[in-house]
Amino acid sequence: MSIVKNKVGIVSCSGEEIPEGTISRIATRIVLEKLRPEETVTICLPLFLAGGEGERAFARVFPTITVDGCEKRCAEIGTKKYSGRPAATIVVTDILKKYPNLKLGHRDELSAEEWEFTENVAEELAMKVGEVLGNGKELGGNGETCQKAER
Amino acid sequence: MSKKNYVFVIPCSGIGKSLGTVGRKAAYKVVEELRPRPTRTTCLALLTVGDEETLKEVREHPCISIDGCPAKCAQKNIEASKGRLMKSLMVTDTLRRHKELRPEGVIELNPEGCELANLLAEEAAKIVDEILESRD
Repeated sequence: MSIVKNKVGIVSCSGEEIPEGTISRIATRIVLEKLRPEETVTICLPLFLAGGEGERAFARVFPTITVDGCEKRCAEIGTKKYSGRPAATIVVTDILKKYPNLKLGHRDELSAEEWEFTENVAEELAMKVGEVLGNGKELGGNGETCQKAER
Repeated sequence: MSKKNYVFVIPCSGIGKSLGTVGRKAAYKVVEELRPRPTRTTCLALLTVGDEETLKEVREHPCISIDGCPAKCAQKNIEASKGRLMKSLMVTDTLRRHKELRPEGVIELNPEGCELANLLAEEAAKIVDEILESRD
C-alpha cells in the first residue's frame, strides 16, 4: 500500500458534547472546502471502528493531521489506535490559551467571536497542511485567505 | 423522575455530509429544547477510543443513535461498546418521508435541512418518552 503524497487526510474529533468539538469540525470543513480544497480529504473518526479495513487504512494511505477539541485527544488516539501515527496534531484548547478573553458558549451555534477564532484555527490547520506537503506558505488554490472566504 | 434516569441521544460525527449535520442538529434539539431534563448526549469519538467513563455511561443508560449515512457509525459504535441501544434512527428514513426537505451544506445547513432536523428531533423525543414510560 503506497502513501498518497499530494493530499493530507484531516481527522477531526466528533466533539458533539462541547463547543471546542464544533470548532474542530468547522475548522476542518473550512480547510476542506475553502483553504486547501485540492489537497485535503477527511474521514469521520467513528468510521475507524464502524467501518472495515479500507477505512482503517486511511492514515497509512494519507499523511494525516488530527484536530481535537479537548485534552482527551480522541482524534489523535483513535487515529493512532486504528489507522496509523498522524503526521501532525492540533488541539483547540491549546490554541484557545492564546485568546484568554474568549469564553465559548453554545456548542452548536457559534458567536461572531467564536467564528473568528474558528477561522484562526482553520488557518493554523491549513499551515500545517502546507508543512506536511512541503509547500507551507499559501492558503487555498488561489491564495485565498480564510477571512476572505465566504461562509 | 430520578436524575439518574436519562436517555442518551448520540448522533454520528457526520463531518463529511449534510445528513450528518442534520442528525447532530436533531440531537441538540432533543437534549436542549424538546426533552432537556431526561436526555443527554456525548461525543461519539469517546466510544471510538474506548473512554472508560463514557463506556460505563452508555452501558447503564438507554441510548438512541442518530445516523446520517448507511455506515451507521453511531449505532455500530454503541453496539461495539456494549451500550444499551434501544432505537436506531436514520436521517435518510425521515428524508424519505419528507422528500421536499433536501439538506445542503455541512458548515451551515440550509433551511430545508434545519426543518428536517426538527422533524427528526420530534421523532426522537417521542421515542425518549416511550423508553421512559416503559421504565416507570
